[in-house]
Amino acid sequence: MTTDADETVDVLVVGGGPAGLAAATRLRQLGVARVVLAERERRAGGMPRHTLHRGFGLRDRHRSLYGPAYATANVADALAAGVEVRTDSAVVDWVGERRVVLATPGGLRTVTAGAVVIATGTRERPRSARLVPGDRPAGVFTTSAVQRLEAVRTGRRAVVVGAEHVSFSAIDTLAHAGCATVAVVTPHASHQSYAPLVWWSARRRHVPVLTGVDVAEVVGRGRVSAVRLSDGRVLPCDTVVFTGDWIAEHQVARLGGVDLDPRSKAPLVDAAGRTNRPGVFAAGNVTHGALQADWCALEGRHVGEAAARWLTAGAGPWPTDAVPVEPHGALRWVAPGRLRARERPNAGRLVLAADTFARWPRLRVTQGGRVLAAGRSRTPVAPGRPFTIDAAFVDRIDPAAGPVSIGLDLR
Amino acid sequence: MNELTVDVAVIGAGVVGCATARLLAHHDLAVALVEAGPDVGAGTSKANTAILHTGFDATPGTIESRLVARGSSLLRAYAASVGIAVEETGGLLVAWTDEQLERLPVLQAKAVQNGYDATRLVDAAELAALEPHLGPGAVGALAVPDEHIIDPWSTPLAFAREAVANGAVLWRRAPVTSVASSAEGHVLTTPAGSVRARFVVNAAGLAGDTVHALFGHRSFTIRPRRGELIVFDELARGLLHHVLLPVPTATTKGVLVSPTVFGNVLLGPTADDIDDRTATGSTRDGLDRLLSQGRRILPRLLDEEVTAVYVGLRPATEESDYRIELHADQRYLCLGGIRSTGLTAAMGIAEEALALLGRAGLAAATKAPDAVVPITVPYLGQVGPRPWQTGERIVCHCERVTGLEIIAAGTDPFVPALDLDGVRRRTRAMLGRCQGFACTADVVQRAASGIGITEAELLRSPT
Repeated sequence: MTTDADETVDVLVVGGGPAGLAAATRLRQLGVARVVLAERERRAGGMPRHTLHRGFGLRDRHRSLYGPAYATANVADALAAGVEVRTDSAVVDWVGERRVVLATPGGLRTVTAGAVVIATGTRERPRSARLVPGDRPAGVFTTSAVQRLEAVRTGRRAVVVGAEHVSFSAIDTLAHAGCATVAVVTPHASHQSYAPLVWWSARRRHVPVLTGVDVAEVVGRGRVSAVRLSDGRVLPCDTVVFTGDWIAEHQVARLGGVDLDPRSKAPLVDAAGRTNRPGVFAAGNVTHGALQADWCALEGRHVGEAAARWLTAGAGPWPTDAVPVEPHGALRWVAPGRLRARERPNAGRLVLAADTFARWPRLRVTQGGRVLAAGRSRTPVAPGRPFTIDAAFVDRIDPAAGPVSIGLDLR
Repeated sequence: MNELTVDVAVIGAGVVGCATARLLAHHDLAVALVEAGPDVGAGTSKANTAILHTGFDATPGTIESRLVARGSSLLRAYAASVGIAVEETGGLLVAWTDEQLERLPVLQAKAVQNGYDATRLVDAAELAALEPHLGPGAVGALAVPDEHIIDPWSTPLAFAREAVANGAVLWRRAPVTSVASSAEGHVLTTPAGSVRARFVVNAAGLAGDTVHALFGHRSFTIRPRRGELIVFDELARGLLHHVLLPVPTATTKGVLVSPTVFGNVLLGPTADDIDDRTATGSTRDGLDRLLSQGRRILPRLLDEEVTAVYVGLRPATEESDYRIELHADQRYLCLGGIRSTGLTAAMGIAEEALALLGRAGLAAATKAPDAVVPITVPYLGQVGPRPWQTGERIVCHCERVTGLEIIAAGTDPFVPALDLDGVRRRTRAMLGRCQGFACTADVVQRAASGIGITEAELLRSPT
């Protein structure tokens, strides 16, 4: 691919959401000279730009902000720190180690970076990826599409598929656009959110949460007319919103030869966000399911610090002493999926996801039969809802003792 | 009420009707192209397997065999001249059983009968080298080096645009509800107005027998054959190099796994005979069958994300061959029963149609070459240059579609898109892995402004 321009930078951050902005800001604060952040959309800020409720920034800014205000604050910090924020700039290909092609308003540019931080985020699986059969009428969306269409009335009666946090947020967004939610539908035995949120979004509006059923078919010629459920019930509606079921936006990582965790399909990283490719880091929701924006910002800051340390130390050999982390039992995945002895992840905690509900389950971390840690989860566990555990046990990891196993004990 | 008087009216703007209208418009004739649906190529033609066939496996001696061979060579040249994406992948008929392996030399001999002699038997070792990601158990293959892939949406669009650019009148959302015939010709009534035509060509696809009956003929009945197709993310594209075709045997028909010119991988189709001509929905059973076959052919394919599920209804009749019937006394020509090979054969069918109309008394002088207005279509393929590479702002990132392309789809002077589906087929917008998660609002805004309707109106149209 021939390009119109060629430039060399110290760090290229890919993605201008909370994680990317925080990583870039931290890199500049730590004295890295040329930090370029490429954001493919017209404006940086990421998902909070479109999330019209409060509660953003508690962990990193110690206050509760409206989504768009939080996004604006993150962008302002990056600009003030001297990050070159380039919007409308998408990484379209890799042409060498830490060398990528950017599609920009000025044409194609080749950028060679001392380090790359991938912070491309996550997205909801659309209907097609979930293989929901039936007609292909108008009126089928994901939550994000509905959020971004904020001013446009998408319908009058919606069925929300999924019962994660975002599903209940979707009910609010739909209500603001004049669309009532007929029902929330989940194949699980319960919703996967918090009771107050479920009350606020659903119960207060008398929206039923139908558990133990799946959408078996979308019905409608032209416009959605109903969904048929796996138990045979038919719910008349004109809108269907597929929510949650997050998948890493991993294209940039894969094009760059970054190994994925086969369980989560997210880039496989260690506690410092290092991928298998020397000088290529990943941070934020691209490395795990959808966690809150403030968590991602702290993780971006953490990985930014690691990248700055590596560059400042002369971009030396890339560590190869990490051991894989293997989830067992009802655990679906663990991030980071590789750990090094004495290297703590963001906030000193590991992110995990399970396939089951459990109140305060016991977890056991072992390596070669040796118990590294055991204890209860601080929070209830629900399918697809990431939770965290203390990672202090990394101090006891033996680099020569093979994989670390983490098991969930449901008794 | 609109009234139109033409020499020839073509009913149906699928790939066959559009190709026929295009060729007619190259002559000194007034031509009408009348389509029931909201767009050209929006019925059976849009859910095609997108293969540019050689015709190697047609039944020798059939009309289909002859017209696929002719259409294939015409379309290869035409695609290159107007910018329709073609990728020269070649095909491999992969045998998984000894029974299928024994069929390969038979198919090779049949290819020769169809005038195609470039096939080659490939042993298991070479096959593994050609397609290293094939599942275990492939015992050999027949290579068909000229079985390629083509953009199935831009093909009918190019034909229709060229027809309109050269004077044909296109009516969409205009189903023919009745026909009145007299010595002067036929009057076709549609909700959009009436068309008076000396000659009529029936290219109505799934409604072919219904239209046939309006002219008093009941020589065939259409029983839709449902084909479900699964499209995988472009990150799966590296898993294969050729079109992987099934070996048809007495007991199973099998499905194919094919790259697409858009950079995806296609798995399908199923083939289920059904009664409802509007049943374009996918089924749990059909999707499960496809996945289980896909898992055998290319196991790693199943690890990739699905970006779309399509369903095409192919207009099958009592016979497998095309139902091309000229009723010269009526000045009526039927191009019926054309299934998945229609995309490849369309330009050959158009030549056949012109010759048959001539036999029924249609006298038409060819326009001078410099009097024919040439057209091009936006190139939508993955390997050649597209506007995003020139610095235009990308709006749909999965498929790298720029805002200007989306607007242009609605402002095209010849065959503008009228709905979101039409914009998607003309640009690829929203057809990628996120299915509009990130870009719905931006695409809708530009599409609506290009078409000249409100965003709310646009969202009411099928996506």
